[in-house]
Amino acid sequence: MISIVDSLMNYFSTINFDQSLLLVLAIVIPGVAIFLVMTLNVMLSVYFERKVAAFMQDRLGPMEVGIFGYKGGKKFWGGIGQIFADTIKLLTKEDIMPDDADKKLMFLSPFIIIIGAILTFAAVPFTKGLVVSDFNIGILYIIAMSSVGVIGVILAGWSSNNKWSLYGAMRSAAQIISYEIPIGLTLLLIVITVGSLQINDIVAWQENNRWFILHSPFAFIAFFIYFISVVAETNRTPFDIPEAESELVAGWMTEFSGFKWSIFFMSEYANMLIVSMVGSIVFLGGWLSPFKIIHLSFIPETWYLLDGFYWGIFWLMLKAIILVFVMMWFRWTFPRLRVDQLMYVCWKVFIPFSLANLFLITIWELIF
Amino acid sequence: MFKVIDKSIINADEMILNMGPQHPSTHGVLRLKIITDGEIVSHIEPIIGYLHRCFEKHCENLTYEQIVPFTDRCDYLASMHMSHSYSIAVEKLLDIELPERVEYIRVIISELQRIASHLIAVGAFGLDVGAITPFTWTLRDRERILDLFEQLCGARLLYNYVWPGGLSHDLPKNFIQNTIDFLDYFEPRIEEYNQLLTTNKIFIERSADVGVMPLDVAINYGVTGPSLRASGTDMDLRKTEPYSIYDKFDFNVPVGEGLMGTVGDCWDRYYVRVLELKESVKILRQALPSIPDGDVHSAMPKKIRPKVGEVYSRYESARGDVGFYIMSNGKPTPTRLKMRSPAYCNLSVLNEISSGWMISDVITVLGSLDIVLGEIDR
Repeated sequence: MISIVDSLMNYFSTINFDQSLLLVLAIVIPGVAIFLVMTLNVMLSVYFERKVAAFMQDRLGPMEVGIFGYKGGKKFWGGIGQIFADTIKLLTKEDIMPDDADKKLMFLSPFIIIIGAILTFAAVPFTKGLVVSDFNIGILYIIAMSSVGVIGVILAGWSSNNKWSLYGAMRSAAQIISYEIPIGLTLLLIVITVGSLQINDIVAWQENNRWFILHSPFAFIAFFIYFISVVAETNRTPFDIPEAESELVAGWMTEFSGFKWSIFFMSEYANMLIVSMVGSIVFLGGWLSPFKIIHLSFIPETWYLLDGFYWGIFWLMLKAIILVFVMMWFRWTFPRLRVDQLMYVCWKVFIPFSLANLFLITIWELIF
Repeated sequence: MFKVIDKSIINADEMILNMGPQHPSTHGVLRLKIITDGEIVSHIEPIIGYLHRCFEKHCENLTYEQIVPFTDRCDYLASMHMSHSYSIAVEKLLDIELPERVEYIRVIISELQRIASHLIAVGAFGLDVGAITPFTWTLRDRERILDLFEQLCGARLLYNYVWPGGLSHDLPKNFIQNTIDFLDYFEPRIEEYNQLLTTNKIFIERSADVGVMPLDVAINYGVTGPSLRASGTDMDLRKTEPYSIYDKFDFNVPVGEGLMGTVGDCWDRYYVRVLELKESVKILRQALPSIPDGDVHSAMPKKIRPKVGEVYSRYESARGDVGFYIMSNGKPTPTRLKMRSPAYCNLSVLNEISSGWMISDVITVLGSLDIVLGEIDR
């Protein structure tokens, strides 16, 4: 089994039916699956983030909304019903569009952003074989698709005909495009080491050798450059200047409400999950069990290794969720950088360091 | 067909940005008319008056006792300071000698109020530079002070507690012990704020060397309070013109030293407030055990009807030098009441120190000046 699309096509070829229609089905089914994963992700992530924030701020967070409307003064399941309440609220809210806005572009922009997120998800595996399509240019594809969203951001900022949105969009465009470079450069390290852009090969290499973060000091540095850059690329604090709440009200999202806004929200959290998953796949061994490094001769390996298809999902999601948690931790701890400082960090710190890293790891690869 | 844009019709360089009155970090209903060139701010014009309630004119039709609740509503984050300063002015007009106990209680609540107000300033400054958690932490601790005030007079924000000639109530049972408990709880928290925010590298990058206010600019614009002291002078009315019984207590006046950048930058204005929290705790620790017995109502006049004359009193509130000018012509209502509000003067310096910086820095400077619109507009 290589990927979902492949296995679906293999299955469909056995059915006696119009194959061109089945091809459409084979594309739509994974798309719907990704959309459901993103929806589930945003629902759970928002609840998780609110609880994390509450924990860090000495509050309780959502506590009131019970899951079956059970309240009566009793706290039930830590307010987990808040998830559904929020979803219903966002979907049924009035969709306000300013009179002077460019309505077509304003309608279009959320969908461009979410298409970017969905397309990126197509190449991100959940475990070995559980991926929509395992491209041979996987990493390159992920880098390319994750920057599609910036078009939507600029359109959103421009079309809402609001100065705050415009500022947010301009900041966002500069930021996302700049931080693409260190991300690309750090991901090149593993491409050089492995000699392949395919995600499966990358994890297979890590299975045969070691997690890439432990491969060399340069890979170790690269992981941190990658992680900080993706925090910037997903517009999270301390790099949330495009939607800087205290300066730009809500940045490029100011004029959006209801369903459109919830799509922005969905793609923001989806992007967080994607970059965390890519980070775990590339640097932290993907779906490999962390117990792989232990070698105990007196216990059978299957007892403690916890490897396999389902454990793979568990390990990858665990690593990704830890990275997502660290992003949330950043958000509720750090102040925000200023625009010029943000650009300084990218162009004068990360890019020189990544280039030096790239140079040094080639030497490292030649020596060892 | 493409049209050639005539540059002489459109000024393509600058854009007017209206920040406020509905904006998350203008600290109320302030409107800033900002002329920007990209992210760079070239001119700022603060437009005030959205919270104007005719306080001064209204006072001319109220008796002296009735004015007290209105003073509370001026600086709603430091209501005790407002009514205290007004009461001092009226007492000066009436020439009343207050019992020792009243003075002690007034100092205690003033310093508690100063802590509460500075906690908002410190937390909201964190919020302005993008850190959300310090705000909730400082509000959590301010809540304890509001609880103490609730025990004291039943109100949490607008107290109407300090009256000309005395206080509305004596201290409730266990108030002193509760306050000491609060101080024991609160003192380690100041270190926590420092660890979370003050020494944070990003925070220092954002606030140090930003919006530097040299001492001469501060004096020219009439800036007072922590914002003035951050520029390097120790002008604190509690020391220079001690009112009430502040001369009995031993405390320092923190001044800006430019630890992270230049003297008078935003970080200094912020840090002076953090240090003042410690000094207020110091005053409270001295005042609480030595509070004498007495009747808080004994000096209170049955009817306030001052002689013909005028008076001006100064008071060091959490935001600076609050002045009350009262003119009396012997009637139960003042002929004229003028209030000098410190935040009004502090705001006036905004254009001078933050033009040429970025939009983000305007918010930082505004947060570091710690304005309250209720007091600016009155």
